[in-house]
Amino acid sequence: MSATYLGMPGFPPPSHPAFPSFPQAAREAVRDETLRGNLRHATHTIRAKRAGAVAELADWAALREAGKQIKDHTLRHLDRYLEQVEEAVTAAGGTVHWAVDAQEANRIVAGLVRATGETEVVKVKSMATQEIGLNEALEAEGIRAYETDLAELIVQLGKDRPSHILVPAIHRNRGEIRDIFRSQMSAWGRPAPEGLTDAPAELAEAARLHLREKFLRARVGVSGANFVVAETGTLVVVESEGNGRMCLTLPETLISVVGIEKVVPTWRDLEVFLQTLPRSSTAERMNPYTSMWTGTADEDGPSTFHLVLLDNGRTDTLADEVGRQALRCIRCSACLNVCPVYERVGGHAYGSVYPGPIGAILSPQLRGTASEIDASLPYASSLCGACYEVCPVAIDIPEVLVHLRERVVQGGPVTRGGNRVVLQPAKGHAAERAAMRVARWALTHPGVLRGGQRLASRTRRFHPRSLPGPGRAWTGTRDLPAVPAEPFRDWWQRTHGDGEGSE
Amino acid sequence: MSSRERILGRVRRALADVPQDDTPYAQAVCRDYLRQHGDHGAEETVDLLAENLVDYRAVVHRCAAGELPGLIAHLLGERGSQSVLVPPGLDESWLADTDVKRVADLPDSTPHELDRIDSVITGCALAVAETGTLVLDGSPDQGRRRISLIPDHHICVVRVPEQVVSSIPQALERLAPGRPLTWISGPSATSDIELDRVEGVHGPRTLEVVLVSG
Ligand code: SF4
Repeated sequence: MSATYLGMPGFPPPSHPAFPSFPQAAREAVRDETLRGNLRHATHTIRAKRAGAVAELADWAALREAGKQIKDHTLRHLDRYLEQVEEAVTAAGGTVHWAVDAQEANRIVAGLVRATGETEVVKVKSMATQEIGLNEALEAEGIRAYETDLAELIVQLGKDRPSHILVPAIHRNRGEIRDIFRSQMSAWGRPAPEGLTDAPAELAEAARLHLREKFLRARVGVSGANFVVAETGTLVVVESEGNGRMCLTLPETLISVVGIEKVVPTWRDLEVFLQTLPRSSTAERMNPYTSMWTGTADEDGPSTFHLVLLDNGRTDTLADEVGRQALRCIRCSACLNVCPVYERVGGHAYGSVYPGPIGAILSPQLRGTASEIDASLPYASSLCGACYEVCPVAIDIPEVLVHLRERVVQGGPVTRGGNRVVLQPAKGHAAERAAMRVARWALTHPGVLRGGQRLASRTRRFHPRSLPGPGRAWTGTRDLPAVPAEPFRDWWQRTHGDGEGSE
Repeated sequence: MSSRERILGRVRRALADVPQDDTPYAQAVCRDYLRQHGDHGAEETVDLLAENLVDYRAVVHRCAAGELPGLIAHLLGERGSQSVLVPPGLDESWLADTDVKRVADLPDSTPHELDRIDSVITGCALAVAETGTLVLDGSPDQGRRRISLIPDHHICVVRVPEQVVSSIPQALERLAPGRPLTWISGPSATSDIELDRVEGVHGPRTLEVVLVSG
């Protein structure tokens, strides 16, 4: 499929014929021994490290609960906080734009880049810009976007797709990375050094040299943000390599595309997330670099700053009483690293920039469940609950999965594009068949289920029955779920018990 | 209708089920997490900072105020630096013992020019012991963000114990949000190759921290 995609291939729209459904992609991935080996090695390494980093903090549970409450509160008053962001960023010298969907966001960014007269931009890794396919949109306008995060560079040079939130090239091992650098770097700029080996330090050095010239001459930077503080208008970018600092401080113009759910009310709120995010994602006490900026600063960094606030399905997600908790996500990727399904199928099978458990609940909400892939995603899980257990903002992913399965099968009222519509039950449709294939796939892979069931019994204990304190208003009278609402096998038996068990 | 109005309208409609809740924000979130982890004296806190800096591959030196110029001269010499980038408000005496060429970050110096400089020396706004983090806020002894980014060798001077806090909550209390802030925990690193940490990508690959007391 790379033939149909020039430049940095993002994810094709879910309806794209080249796009394999989850079960098909999963089957291919499971057969790919290298891929599985790479994934297993990486996820297991990080899992153990994360557990250690979390165990260092005696108050982890309290930090997690606070993070959840901060995000829930923000979502409950999101209109107010968005207006506050706009006011604060504007007062600090920035310009705020609002984008209803991907097309509008891309149009805004392309227009801003064109206005500078530049034809290239350097980019900090950002999920939001991947989600909207910004690189392809810029390419179509004759603007080249250089990814500068090492993993994104590997993906871009390899004409590949990202497969992990934190480590988009997790499906590649060091030998493959060396081969990509050797064969592709020269087409994009400075070639790989002679005699490059697969030692990680050498690969990092090759990336440093390759990107240096791009940073030094860059006039426009494009980023996302991990957090936007409403009271001060401050944006926060958390990173490791220093490519973020380069893109955020050297160019004259900075454009940040940020999902509307990234807002936190106060400066103080960062004290929670700066503790939970690094430990959950890279398993570090603190990531090497965190940049915080508020509008523009005199003579330090870009003199022009644009913030593009992106909806693109987020308000539709917010309208779902059960599903809206997915908007708490801080994209740490801990849920991917513990997921028995992700470990086996890899990130590409999820068909969006958001793979793993979070992708399984986010994509069908951001994009709706009309396509086969999006309808099947809620089934790409054994409901084991390991994702909930590690999530630093306590998103009850199994609960949302069950809720979305019901929606796919039974239909019902949903919000799409800001309008209430009634979804028809998928029964008998292609979407349902795709969903059932996923369910069957999971059932016929005992490793997935076994891992899941073992974890489920461990995790159930951690489920609060309802939110204490002020959180109550949010959940109303409804108890938080007993999760898994129903073990996967039982659910399967109940709904498809007869004659559907094998293919 | 503008996109702004459209998005805000969608948000309000999406929240139609949510009961009105006017709890002031200060009371809306339960913050019973710790302000700091463990109760350390000033000296122990500095030790913890040093330990965590080293854990993430920063090189740590400790000295008394009077020894600082000698130590800086030694570090630049050991590195073989020919030039050092100096923020506008750096204490002149720190460089009293070295004759390495000083370079100022002028308004019109280009990134390419800064890229030819071997080392940079800065102070900091504060340091966080629990995480081994230095925070720079662009004060005159630290300069613009780019100067501590482009040279490959960064010497950062921390006055101990007064610039050291234990925890992230304490750090945020002391920082001014309006300033451009850079939080640095060890030299540039990546976990992008097989999720293993490798030091040294785009930021300074050598970070030396001088803890100076008295
Ligand atoms: S859902 Fe939770 S664990 Fe998964 S990426 Fe988001 S915040 Fe992290």
